[in-house]
Amino acid sequence: MTTSLIDADSLLAIDVGSVNTRAMLFDIVDGRYRFVAVGSSPTTAGLPYRDIGEGVHRALERLQDVTGRILLGSDARLITPSQGGGGVDACVATFSAGKPMRVVAVGLLENVSAESAQNLMNTTYAQVVETLSLNDRRKQSSRIDAILRSRPDLIIVAGGTEGGASHSVMNLIEAIGLACYLFPQEARPEVLFAGNQALAGEAKASLESIASLHMAPNIRPTLDQEQLEPAGAELAQIFRSVCARQISGVQELDMWTGGHLTPTATAFGRMARFLQKAWQKTVLAVDLGASATTVAAATSNDLTLGVYPRLGLGESLAGLLSLCSVEEINRWLAVDIPETAIRNYLYNKAIYPASLPATAEDLQLEQALGRQLLYLAVRKTLSGKASTQSPAWAAGILSGFDRIIGAGSALTNTTSLGQSLLMMLDGLQPVRLCRMYLDQNNLLAALGAAAARNPTLAVQASESGILLHLGTVVSPFGDAPYGTPCLRVKITYESGDTASMDIKYGSLEVIPLPMGQRAAIHLLPLHDFDIGAGGPGKSGKIPDTFGGALGGIIIDARGRPLRLPADPARRRELHKKWLSALGG
Amino acid sequence: MLAPITHILPISSIQRERLLPQPGRVVVRKGQKVNPPDVVAEVNLTPEHLLLDIARGLGVSHEKADRFLQCKEGEQLSEGDIVAGPVGVARRVVRAPHGGRVVLAGSGQVLLEVESRPFELKAGISGVVIELIEDRGVIIETNGALIQGVWGNGRIDYGLLTILARSADDPLTADRLDVSFRGSVVLGGYCADPEVITAGNDLPLRGMILASMDSALVGVALKAKYPIILTEGLGKLPMNSAAYKLLSTNGRRETSLIADAWDRLAGTRPEIIIPLPAASELQPPHEADTFKAGQQVRVIRAPYKSQTGILLGVYPGLAALPNGLRTRAAEIRLESGETPLIPLANLEVLE
Repeated sequence: MTTSLIDADSLLAIDVGSVNTRAMLFDIVDGRYRFVAVGSSPTTAGLPYRDIGEGVHRALERLQDVTGRILLGSDARLITPSQGGGGVDACVATFSAGKPMRVVAVGLLENVSAESAQNLMNTTYAQVVETLSLNDRRKQSSRIDAILRSRPDLIIVAGGTEGGASHSVMNLIEAIGLACYLFPQEARPEVLFAGNQALAGEAKASLESIASLHMAPNIRPTLDQEQLEPAGAELAQIFRSVCARQISGVQELDMWTGGHLTPTATAFGRMARFLQKAWQKTVLAVDLGASATTVAAATSNDLTLGVYPRLGLGESLAGLLSLCSVEEINRWLAVDIPETAIRNYLYNKAIYPASLPATAEDLQLEQALGRQLLYLAVRKTLSGKASTQSPAWAAGILSGFDRIIGAGSALTNTTSLGQSLLMMLDGLQPVRLCRMYLDQNNLLAALGAAAARNPTLAVQASESGILLHLGTVVSPFGDAPYGTPCLRVKITYESGDTASMDIKYGSLEVIPLPMGQRAAIHLLPLHDFDIGAGGPGKSGKIPDTFGGALGGIIIDARGRPLRLPADPARRRELHKKWLSALGG
Repeated sequence: MLAPITHILPISSIQRERLLPQPGRVVVRKGQKVNPPDVVAEVNLTPEHLLLDIARGLGVSHEKADRFLQCKEGEQLSEGDIVAGPVGVARRVVRAPHGGRVVLAGSGQVLLEVESRPFELKAGISGVVIELIEDRGVIIETNGALIQGVWGNGRIDYGLLTILARSADDPLTADRLDVSFRGSVVLGGYCADPEVITAGNDLPLRGMILASMDSALVGVALKAKYPIILTEGLGKLPMNSAAYKLLSTNGRRETSLIADAWDRLAGTRPEIIIPLPAASELQPPHEADTFKAGQQVRVIRAPYKSQTGILLGVYPGLAALPNGLRTRAAEIRLESGETPLIPLANLEVLE
């Protein structure tokens, strides 16, 4: 099977999610890569199939039906390279089905290296079930028992800064070695050593013969420096082998991709980084999935990836109330739904994660959940990086992103674009100036998987309209009594016509600018509000602004953080009014 | 499109895997008849170890300590047995502080696995062991009625089925659980009162089958000492008519409740099994299907949640739902006579 993408024309991207498996076809149309079509099927990782292959084949058959292109041979294998109008030249795949990896994080100090281990685990589908450090004062035998009882898929060792303590780290490694020895051969966890490199040799000697050992550069080389990216690549490989061990069909899919099956979140983050480089703009991409909510924040020198399996819209919903209150979900609803009904809904959705909202009330509830999950996931990601990034992030204010992209069926499967945008504005609450996009066919992760090997495809396909530009959003930052004018906007259309208006604090407005049309916009903040033009009160000009799919420039002057009225009736009225402002 | 299946069968051949959560020891043989409380496999899920520093205990170097070891790997020791020594004129020894098995001995250390009570995997149902799964468990076969639930509290037990539900959504209250139900499995409709669950502990009950319960009861239900299975879900939902009819006509029969959590990946689901004699050889039910006309289906989400009906036909292309979403759907004739379009994602086949 050909795996090289060099000179490849057509590309098949397969995404195996916890609920759906999708097969997406990209091909050259008029000399440029384009997204052609998608076929989908329920994922078949669980009973009765217990093999993702069935879902993959069903999705491919559906794609064949849609495109008329034969992709599967008589032996049910993927036809590659393409021949006589059938098959594809290359295949990439992303994967997020299955349970999060159970991880034991081992670090010398709980709030230094163990914390970095936890941060590394936040970049993939993982759940830290036990932490070992010198702080916990347990005896060596208790540490061994703690590892055995937690039945981990992975043990990550992140102990010790470069040139730091070694004896204590080796004590922890001894406990890991003994625990691994005591596991039955087939249940032994993978071990990732990403600690003090001076100990790499000793760690290797101690662990190599009893565990599947992976080595990576130190994720915490100094007390104030954290480098997760090199270990992240190793983590992707570990995720692949853990999934292959637990779920049938993963290995075969990995073979189709030439051994490059990628965790969906990793591919999603890669694409955010890729777009950041292509646009030369800071990018925040969020994916509201059933298995997890993923946040990828790409700046010029860094990618921060946050993967939160406990914040998925699927089976994990039953546990959501341990992370937030019912009131926090209720605050996003424009209709009156009793809190008991919200609680019941969470459990029932967890029981049937693939089910769809079929009533207006259910759709509202689903979107309220989407808002709350986005809110929690973004703030979790930003707070993790607050010390090294921006003081605004530390305060929970989402600033500094020029482009924001939303993905995931809760955001894309709405009845209006206004609903999608309002979910993003409410959940993310960006400040100052940004452009908002919707990954309407949920292709970003697939493109991220392709980008690693065929950047041209990723560039051309992403430029072909797969990212729907919803509009430019201006969110003035400051404080004033509600109703106080906080921004004066002057818009000059291509025709030379001009319009001017004062925006009141607390409002959400759309200044008409039809999709694709250009205009120059002059923004004058009032009462010391900040629009990101160099400080409070500083005015700014956007000389070349395009109208987005919402048909205008969106001015979100509702304040940050968004303060919703305590009175439920007033709050619901406002939600309706805001949605109506965005077109309903 | 692939269709999820829920079994509500009056009589069928039932083959069920009973697996340990991690490799352990299978304690039954192929062909053996088992009853619900019989242990079929066991494993130590909460091992406890002791790391004995022999060198320190004997007051010698780690290199020398191994020469004084009195035990080997795999050896079973009782409390007080000599692990290493004697050394010197004082004849110092290291003794086992607890009984257990030596799992490692060397480099001046001994790792002892302390005796502890293993996790016992019970058969859960009456039947015959038809297959042994090495180190993991067994497959048990029986004939009988099978009703699959959607939520379980993780416990297993069996008893005679007592019908308390007078209708599919009859509220179950604590005052209806009197001492005459001790040791039985009760069938109720809807439960919103935590005292019902605690009264079940006090009697004690051997199991509780409900159509639904309020989600506020999840915590207390998870702590209940007996299995609880919901056939529909959380909230006030009536039991689907097929399950209610089947259960309510099987009163006074031995009923097994395997109230495992529904875990599609692990292959577990809460199930109610009522062993019944079969007049002829039965086949296990289908586990996989696609949606097609004529199937009996259950709606799993509002509106019409828990209602059953007949699938009249899958809508070609995408159908618009009343809330505006567009998705693949099917026309269903519900028992009420209504024929709404229901998303395929909100249907499951009853078989």
